[in-house]
Amino acid sequence: MSKFEALAGNEAVATAMRQINPDVVAAYPITPQTSTVQKFADFVADGLVDTEFVTVESEHSAMSACVGASAAGARVMTATSANGLALMWEIVYIAASNRCPIVMSLVNRALSAPINIHCDHSDVMGIRDSGWIIIFSEDGQEAYDNLIQAVRIAEHPDVLLPVAVCQDGFITSHGMERVEIYDDEDVKAFVGTYEPKWPLLDIEHPKTYGPLDFYDYYYEHKRQQVEAMENAQQVVLDVAAEFKEKFGREYGLFEKYRLDDAEVAVVVLNSTAGTAKVVVDQLRDEGLKVGLLKPRLFRPFPAQELAQALSHLKAVAVMDRSISFGAMGNAGPLYLELAAALATHGVHIPIADYVYGLGGRDILPHEIEQVYRDALQIAATGRVEQMVTYLSVRE
Amino acid sequence: MNATGWKEIPIGGMILDAGNSVEYLTGGWRAFRPVFGEAQCINCMQCWLFCPDSSILVEDGKMVGFDLEHCKGCGICASVCPVNKKVIKQVGEVARDDERLCIRMVEEGKFQE
Repeated sequence: MSKFEALAGNEAVATAMRQINPDVVAAYPITPQTSTVQKFADFVADGLVDTEFVTVESEHSAMSACVGASAAGARVMTATSANGLALMWEIVYIAASNRCPIVMSLVNRALSAPINIHCDHSDVMGIRDSGWIIIFSEDGQEAYDNLIQAVRIAEHPDVLLPVAVCQDGFITSHGMERVEIYDDEDVKAFVGTYEPKWPLLDIEHPKTYGPLDFYDYYYEHKRQQVEAMENAQQVVLDVAAEFKEKFGREYGLFEKYRLDDAEVAVVVLNSTAGTAKVVVDQLRDEGLKVGLLKPRLFRPFPAQELAQALSHLKAVAVMDRSISFGAMGNAGPLYLELAAALATHGVHIPIADYVYGLGGRDILPHEIEQVYRDALQIAATGRVEQMVTYLSVRE
Repeated sequence: MNATGWKEIPIGGMILDAGNSVEYLTGGWRAFRPVFGEAQCINCMQCWLFCPDSSILVEDGKMVGFDLEHCKGCGICASVCPVNKKVIKQVGEVARDDERLCIRMVEEGKFQE
């Protein structure tokens, strides 16, 4: 039987890690991820897991140890945030390229400088081209559920790619919520036993990981990574379907909230989607046809499905919690990719970007309401007056 | 260039068969090659010990030459050779046509430091 517990997002993630019982965890503490690994270290000390817990001297070492352990044939997990992820950078690419199905809890935090420990998405957006599968979570429940599913997605033979499961730093990582924790045995049965195809520890069959790979083969190995990404989308859906059957919660490529009969919609990641749902309900009470789309799977980017889901709208407002500096309009990465997706798939509706919440700046319902009212104005005129708005920044 | 396509090769650049580095002919990387003055070699095997590419050829306890298909020309053998008039020398690859070049140069006393 599952039970409901009052848990902060990081505790929910640590609980998932306890139930998954990975062979190896290598991690270094960084705010706001710290309490995940701290809690997991308790589980290790209390003998509740069999995990080899490697306390490394940096995140570069953490991800390096993860790659080595994964190549050895272990089920491997780690967790980090912001500058920790930045320090992992070199090995983040190597993990994906060596096809190591590592699962990482990524607690989103602003990158320095100036130094800031609060939430935005500049950390994860930096690895969006690295070959990792990226999944976003609105709250602690989703962070817990997504982490369990991530193990199956990463280790699927058609995928074999690392997965980062995101949640918002402090907002959900330290916010205590009601989280349904499933029975240990049910989670263990769901994730199953990892059976690596090419473990280095199989010394009867010696093999090499990560050899020199020049112009004669490197390109082919990159093409293989494309194929794995292509496969991942269906695997994400298949794992979600199995998850729903077993645990009852429904997940997809994205969540639609009062979207199907809406005329305008906001597209926003992670916890802000929760706030936006409240705003949608308030505006619906006024008779305004507004809705929400919350992407769950960001890598691979389900461009066609997103375009299809938004195609009936008169205007789309994207909310970005990071900036792609120097990109078109100095917009955010979610806007840039979604605008390209709509144009590519023949959905010609006005789309505007609202950057918000950098460095943990609060995003309040009345600000989201302003975004909706802007979007309704855009829908009425059919014109985007301002492509990118830096919401609530002081002039 | 090998024409094997991306569907046919192991993922991630993995090499699934052991002991195949001999198939990778790294001799083509060489800008300088070691040459060997047989007459004065004392067969101390320092070069054999230090060579990082197992490219020192030994027969019946005697150093007999180099595996030039795999020698990358790093020069460690020449560096560790303890003989005063060093028996192993590095020469530019332009000398590749003269296999007896080193021996001749040693004999002619042209290898003075």
